[in-house]
Amino acid sequence: MEKENYFIKTENVCASYEEDDGKSCEVLRDITLGIKKGEYVAVLGHNGSGKSTFAKLLNMILAPDSGKIFIDGVDITREDMTEKEVFDIRRKIGMVFQNPDNQLVATIVEEDVAFGPENLGIPSDEIRKRVDEALATVGMTDYAKHEPHRLSGGQKQRVAIAGIIAMMPECMIFDESTAMLDPVGRKEVMDTIDLLNHERGITVINITHHMNEAVRADRVIVLDDGKVYMDGTPEEIFSQPQKLALAGLEVPQCTALIQALRKRGIKLEGECTTPEKCAKLIIDALGGSN
Amino acid sequence: MKSITLGQYYPARSLMHGLDPRMKIILAFIYIICSFVAKNIISFGVLFASAFLLIALSKIPLSLILRSVRPILFILAFTVVLNVFWTKGEVILFEWKFIHIYYEGVMTALFMVVRIFVMIVGASLFLTYTITPIALTDAIEQLFGPLKKIKIPVHEFAMMMTIALRFIPTFIDETDKIMSAQKARGADFSNGSLAKRAKVLIPILIPLFVSAFRRADELAIAMECRCYHGGDGRTRMTILHYRARDFLALIAMLLFFAGLLALNFLKIGYTM
Repeated sequence: MEKENYFIKTENVCASYEEDDGKSCEVLRDITLGIKKGEYVAVLGHNGSGKSTFAKLLNMILAPDSGKIFIDGVDITREDMTEKEVFDIRRKIGMVFQNPDNQLVATIVEEDVAFGPENLGIPSDEIRKRVDEALATVGMTDYAKHEPHRLSGGQKQRVAIAGIIAMMPECMIFDESTAMLDPVGRKEVMDTIDLLNHERGITVINITHHMNEAVRADRVIVLDDGKVYMDGTPEEIFSQPQKLALAGLEVPQCTALIQALRKRGIKLEGECTTPEKCAKLIIDALGGSN
Repeated sequence: MKSITLGQYYPARSLMHGLDPRMKIILAFIYIICSFVAKNIISFGVLFASAFLLIALSKIPLSLILRSVRPILFILAFTVVLNVFWTKGEVILFEWKFIHIYYEGVMTALFMVVRIFVMIVGASLFLTYTITPIALTDAIEQLFGPLKKIKIPVHEFAMMMTIALRFIPTFIDETDKIMSAQKARGADFSNGSLAKRAKVLIPILIPLFVSAFRRADELAIAMECRCYHGGDGRTRMTILHYRARDFLALIAMLLFFAGLLALNFLKIGYTM
């Protein structure tokens, strides 16, 4: 693996945190991964598998105990990182968190979106342009002058995403960003994430425990007990339900349906991860066109 | 709960609403000084009239303003009683056993009432009715920006105000939820003695505080992720600009101030 080819590269990263009673608890063990520019990666794992810690290591909110992390060829684990370099990493790697309420700072939507660029010291007319463009990208232009607390969860989360886009990141990490949303809000946010990856070419790392979200990615990484347990395309990962179950995870419902039908002896060709593909497979099995 | 508004901002298109928020802070300051400048019946009369002129200029209904004066009625009454009964003078108006009321006392009481009324009306017109809390915060940060040079944390103060304003509705919602949850478990908030009712607030306050600390922690990380590093090297999207009318308003206010000073030279009636 040559590190030049990867936007994010980790080498033998171990991380731990200290518990209240002073005991050190190992969360990540020997993580070696490479993520290319423009990739859409989903990180799966049950609670406590270390997936959130992994995300926080990448933009220097946490530091690893050992191992190396390279972002865009820069070693962010070395001792002599200057403050400017740290901010540059945080600008490049934007992060959207779980609770939409706890990441909005300002009392007006557009002021909040401007918060990141303001911190970067960008001239005011340039900030104005970026804010308008970011709000248009997430489809919240009409709400520019609204107060965040009057918005729905999905809308708040889209404002939070706009706040990151306005900083012109190269990679965005979503740390269970849909976990607190209703199905409508979840769809709004997932569609926005897809758009950012497909149309803006932004590298996306979506940390989730929803299988239906993971199947939207190009690549799925399963973490279990602080280690990389599985790594592959959604089709490869979800065709191994037994192995997933050992990590405390299930396959998406449609995949499970196909696998159950196959067990009953029904011949179905190929793998499937989306409801549409599932429907097509069943129609084909029933004898093609209606 | 979604309908709560912060502050007492009254949306309207008026001369006063159109002023730069920084200028409004300056004007409020001068106006309050004005209320201390008046000394005789004429200057107090002019001062009193000016308060109504300001109300007219702000297009805010008089009834709304009077409602905001209601909480200070007690202070006004207290001032009146104190001044009427305890000021000693030369011209006696009323005498009965140990009560002596002097002309000077009545006038002082009247002047004090006008002064307090004008201060409250002036400050609330300039600083709350015609200005949104967020504009006020911005104005404070930009107006007092130069104080950063003598190590006064102006930016930090403005950021604290912004975050407080941002989270007040969130916490009101949360209090509502916690209260419902406690009610569902049989908590009784409306009956019992005062001590008992204060006690049932504890199970509301503890979860509220726990959640506030958790939110603060998450917000701090989110702000760090967005490269927040204090006020140094930070730019703003909206930069306030003074316009001609701001300076005209300032000139008008200064003239008013000078006029009050001049009126004090008239030797008419009682002088405070």
